[in-house]
Amino acid sequence: MSQVATAEVFHHDDNAQVKRIWKTFWILLVLTILELGIGLTIYTIHKGENPSHTLVLMFKGLVCILTMAKAFYIVSVFMHLGDEIRNMIMTIIVPLLLFVWFIIAFLWDGNAWKNLRNTDAGSRIYIEKTHEKTSVPAKQNGQKD
Amino acid sequence: MTTATAQPTTKLWSGGKSPFNISYGKVMMWYFLMSDAFTFGAFLISYGTIRFSQNVWADANHVFNAFPFTGHANLPLAFVSLMTFILILSSVTMVLAVHDGHNMNRKGVEKWLIFTILGGLAFLGCQAWEWTHLITGDHQVLVNGVVQHWGTTVTHNPWGPETLFKGKEVATPGPIAFGGYFFGITGFHGFHVFSGVIINSVMLIKTRLKHFELRGHYEMIEKAGLYWHFVDLVWVFVFLCFYLV
Repeated sequence: MSQVATAEVFHHDDNAQVKRIWKTFWILLVLTILELGIGLTIYTIHKGENPSHTLVLMFKGLVCILTMAKAFYIVSVFMHLGDEIRNMIMTIIVPLLLFVWFIIAFLWDGNAWKNLRNTDAGSRIYIEKTHEKTSVPAKQNGQKD
Repeated sequence: MTTATAQPTTKLWSGGKSPFNISYGKVMMWYFLMSDAFTFGAFLISYGTIRFSQNVWADANHVFNAFPFTGHANLPLAFVSLMTFILILSSVTMVLAVHDGHNMNRKGVEKWLIFTILGGLAFLGCQAWEWTHLITGDHQVLVNGVVQHWGTTVTHNPWGPETLFKGKEVATPGPIAFGGYFFGITGFHGFHVFSGVIINSVMLIKTRLKHFELRGHYEMIEKAGLYWHFVDLVWVFVFLCFYLV
């Protein structure tokens, strides 16, 4: 008799679980479509007359946030990390916090390299070259990238 | 035993069972995936560093605008979105396989594993097409006053800023690192997808041979599932870093 009862409870639980999986799928799909929309928005902004760099940067930041949300759903629901006990979750999450330092430090370094190169290590002022098709001279012999 | 009953309120682990309520194999799979996350993270951050150090970079909407059987139609992001969709869908079928494994439903596990493997193969096919399209592409690039025809490879980047040459718009060489990072990272990810397809195929064969049914549990499917979801997870970030930003 108890077996029947457990089977019933299990069955109910079962349906809820499958529903949760499909719900997560739809969430991921919607997030991806949003990301796609933002990607195409950035494309349109770039094509426009005076692309606003602040706006583009904002949209790029938004895409990063949406990506983190997708990562959360995949890890939490699909990989069932959300169902594990707290200590298990922490042994995964805490080491990954290294990425916070990792990303900030290295992107900062990359940017510093760009500044050094553009200013000959600070000895001159950098004047941004515009890459408008008409303003770049045809001949660029000997110029290295 | 008496000590265990004497301290029922303590939350400290007293030994004798898994401290995480999870099997050794699954814990180790998690830690392997964590190390793999650091490997992918290092690649992607290295890519970010180099990209931040450049004044110009290839515009993803410009580079990835092709779709099979549409000729030269300008469809930015369309194909890679399809690839993303395929991978998310195959992640769902994998989690459904794991779910049927919990219920000891062998037929269900087989069905969903087959869908997952097909999804993986479809993704690999898409990637093969994309790589071929990029490598065999023909773009006019102005190099030292001469127009050359370049594809996108690890040594050639035809996606630099455009310029006027003899009254025509021609591209100039872009930062050479682009191809290496793109093919390197998507290749490493593709290799993971390929391994995942192999692992899932082995799981399918073992399921068909009733190995897990006789063992009494489908935990191996769970471990393969963790790996497969991780591959999907990495793609989410590759998609972000190469195609969206």
